[in-house]
Amino acid sequence: MLSEEERRDIEREAPNYATRKALCIDALRIVQGHRGYVSDQALQEVADYLGLPLSHVEGVATFYNLIFRHPVGARVILVCDSVSCWIMGCERLLDRLRAHLETDVGGTSPDGRYTLLTAPCLGACDFAPVLMIGETLHRDVTAETLPDLLGKGG
Amino acid sequence: MATLYVDGQAFSVDPTQNLLHECLSLGLDLPYFCWHPALGSVGACRQCAVKLFRDEGDHQGVIVMACMTPADDGTRISLVDEQARDFRARVIEWMMAHHPHDCPVCDEGGECHLQDMTVMTGHVHRRYRFPKRTFDNQHLGPFVNHEMNRCIQCYRCVRFYNDYAGGTDFGVFGSRDHVYFGRAADGVLENEFSGNLVEVCPTGVFTDKTLKAHYTRKWDLQSAPSVCPHCGLGCHTTVAEHDGVLRRVQNRFSADINGYFLCDRGRYGYAFVNAPERLRRTSLRNAAGRLNLAPADALLQELCTRLGGNMPLIGIASPRASLEANFALRTLVKPENFFLGWSAVEDACARTMLAVARGIAPLASLAEVESSDAILVLGEDITQTAPRMALAARQAVRHAAFAKAKALGIPVWQDLAVRQAAAGLKSPLFIASVDATRLDDAATECWRGAPDDMARLGFAIGRRLSREEAGGETFPSAMEGFSQRVARALAGAARPLVVTGSSLGCPALLDAAAHLVGALRTLGLPAKLALGMPERNTMGLALMGGESLHTLEQATQKLPACALIVLENDLSRRIGEAAADRVFAQAGLTVLIDHKRHAGVERADYVLPAATFAEESGTTVNHEGRAQRFFQVFSPPDDIQASWRWLRDIGRGLGREPCDRWTALDDVLHTLEETLPVFHGLAQAAPEATYRRHGLKLARKPHRASGRTAVHAHLDIHEHQPPTDCDSPLTFSMEGHQGSPPGPAIPVFWAPGWNSVQALSHFQREVGGTLCGEGPGLLLIAPAQQVPEFFQEIPPAFVPRDDALYFVPAWHIFGSEEQSAGSPAVRERIPAPYVALRPEDAARAGLAAGDTAALEVGAVRLRLPWIAHPELPQGVGSLPVGLPAMPWLMLPAWGAVAKASR
Repeated sequence: MLSEEERRDIEREAPNYATRKALCIDALRIVQGHRGYVSDQALQEVADYLGLPLSHVEGVATFYNLIFRHPVGARVILVCDSVSCWIMGCERLLDRLRAHLETDVGGTSPDGRYTLLTAPCLGACDFAPVLMIGETLHRDVTAETLPDLLGKGG
Repeated sequence: MATLYVDGQAFSVDPTQNLLHECLSLGLDLPYFCWHPALGSVGACRQCAVKLFRDEGDHQGVIVMACMTPADDGTRISLVDEQARDFRARVIEWMMAHHPHDCPVCDEGGECHLQDMTVMTGHVHRRYRFPKRTFDNQHLGPFVNHEMNRCIQCYRCVRFYNDYAGGTDFGVFGSRDHVYFGRAADGVLENEFSGNLVEVCPTGVFTDKTLKAHYTRKWDLQSAPSVCPHCGLGCHTTVAEHDGVLRRVQNRFSADINGYFLCDRGRYGYAFVNAPERLRRTSLRNAAGRLNLAPADALLQELCTRLGGNMPLIGIASPRASLEANFALRTLVKPENFFLGWSAVEDACARTMLAVARGIAPLASLAEVESSDAILVLGEDITQTAPRMALAARQAVRHAAFAKAKALGIPVWQDLAVRQAAAGLKSPLFIASVDATRLDDAATECWRGAPDDMARLGFAIGRRLSREEAGGETFPSAMEGFSQRVARALAGAARPLVVTGSSLGCPALLDAAAHLVGALRTLGLPAKLALGMPERNTMGLALMGGESLHTLEQATQKLPACALIVLENDLSRRIGEAAADRVFAQAGLTVLIDHKRHAGVERADYVLPAATFAEESGTTVNHEGRAQRFFQVFSPPDDIQASWRWLRDIGRGLGREPCDRWTALDDVLHTLEETLPVFHGLAQAAPEATYRRHGLKLARKPHRASGRTAVHAHLDIHEHQPPTDCDSPLTFSMEGHQGSPPGPAIPVFWAPGWNSVQALSHFQREVGGTLCGEGPGLLLIAPAQQVPEFFQEIPPAFVPRDDALYFVPAWHIFGSEEQSAGSPAVRERIPAPYVALRPEDAARAGLAAGDTAALEVGAVRLRLPWIAHPELPQGVGSLPVGLPAMPWLMLPAWGAVAKASR
């Protein structure tokens, strides 16, 4: 069962949409916000709550890269690897992150604090290279400033 | 009509269609994947690109998708334009980037639309040199095999399964180059039409799992046009055999009946033909009561000697046997000794259906069901009893959306746009049923009641339509409210339809439906009636006429002096094992002609192995009174022969006319037509055996059939002469006419460059339309012109009882039909026996969840697990019928239920 809080948050979004089907994305986002990721169990709960077939909800959940179907770390790092950031050296950043977090792209650091992912663009090309830690966008990141960002915990 | 210029040449086309549809109708080769004539256009695959020119002076042009562009008058396009060709070649190269190129081990190989289209575009060299993405496959149950790596993301599967067939357990997952079509988790595909994925999928992602178990390439299959034997709808099928084994059933397009799709029972029910336990040898019972094999000639001679010249014969016919077999029996035993082989209830329903169709209600074809714009389903759970009709009804609710789309200027073939514009808008579909049905999700509104109450509902709606007083009858307010809404919808429709059937064993329901259609016709509406019928030749047998088994049971005193001939009938399924045993025991001598091993085999003195639908040619009559010819696919081994031939042999042995003169099927047909005028014209249901095309019979095997000199090499190095076929215009060989024969006689759909089922377009007058050379069909029943005063008898309301529950039959698509239940794949889907109870009724009987229920229905005592069906009306329970593991019960019937002691 979805928690009372989750249901309340979902219903708050409901008036914005014509159908329950359209509410699916928000419901998944909300459940992920509460639980960190969308487990098989959570997926079934969303389907039951909205009265949608499980396959439909799974279709939506897997379409969106930022709906996580596996457990992730406490924070998700999104490193932009698109053209501008690539020119400006995002690969060096990724190397540093891999070494520092002891995990590859797609993995979670052994201490469970960070999950490392790439993103095709974060919309801040004029400040490349950029990355996001949790909800915060960091611009003009260099190998030197990186440990500081991680140290602060994002 | 509009003029379309293709590469400078002018063609006359239909402007309401799209360019792809029209190009294919003109016979032009234009590759495509996502478009399907029954599913419309979505422009997903980008494969059908053509050059579109503004006018005569435009030589530059723009690339457009043919499936998304209307064929407006004066449109100028080019298929051969270099840029368009290059575009199409690039598109297929992208699609093939991750494709495993595993054609040699792929079941689709040799009949693959992807292969055909790849060859057509000229993509022959692979440039992608990187790792391919791979997927895990899912176990999807006994019918459909899954191999996702072969997918080209055309979305046809999900569009058919979810949008067209109403499935909810299938979907598309992921994005980019990781798009996956399947279920959320491994498991059986629940939809009753899942097998169509095999034909809808243009490549080898979804393939026929039962074919895989005895795989043969399309080019080695011997095929024949057939008619599905698993219910009364008579869907057209193509049945294929190799080396004495029936390998698969595919849809055979028919504009009036099944269109492009079959139900899973029809597609996967065939394997009973191959069952090792079926009857293959003639045998007779010796003095010690044991059944022994005996050579056919000697057995027939002995049988005829025992019958002598004057022992009276009694024949029990069968609704699962062909008209020819039933007529041969009727001729042999004389009409007064010919019994229809069904129970009193089945008889009452069949008679009523025939009376209704002759008297008042024109019967609807499946195509007419689909074109209806308001439907009332009265009592029949069509998903279980006449599954393909449920799929047709599901499409019928889209007429409101089509009308809205038309008003918005959206052509009907723009599938996605039409569905979005519809925003859930549906034409009226009202369902009255005893219990929840699998079609409820498509319905405007559902109503539950006992069978008699549904009949009353029908009359209530009829009275409302004709604005008559109910003759003192009053109906409960819930029924009044519902009937008012239904009446308004039906009266407001252009093509209203009432659907009912015989599955509940309630003739009053049929009367009520007829009354309703009569009321609508009196209003001047072209209303029709669609009937669900349990067996393939129910209507044919009803037309032939005769008394039921009930009459025979009343007259058993004459049995000891008679010889009883039972034709393709398991009497224990009709009147129960005890009564069937009595009939067998009392008869002086018994002969059973059947292919299925059942209780009767243990009772009969002579057992003659009959051909199945795949091993004989014959004629049946479907639910709308349409005479349909099915053709033999292969020559059966051992002693097996068509039932009418066994009866002919007995007649010959006894010197009876005219059976002794019959040598071929057409002889029987001609005698049938002369004897029974109701079947006049029957021989013309399909080309007769004398039909030749360019002087040749029609080949059942394709040109490329391989190894004909090798197939018997382990027995004999000489090439065997193919068996002769005097019953049909087809030949058991690759030698014969290979082109396009008339519609009812097309053995297989194939055209040069088109090896998959999509070759069908080459056999149609226009894509999606009637087959070339196919007439309107032979309908044997026409209603009276005048609408008579008809069926006014309203049954009393159902009154629940304290001491008993009223048990109605619950039909199952898998299990309730006798023949398909013998197929291993279908057997996996047959539910375990159960009793369904309303939770309140169960509580009253002291049943808690998980308890076993003890039932007493008639003389039968049963212990069954109970399941809660909250939608059942108060005082009504349901029991599955026909399941192999269920004893026979006379349903509907009152019965007692209690908690079983341990």
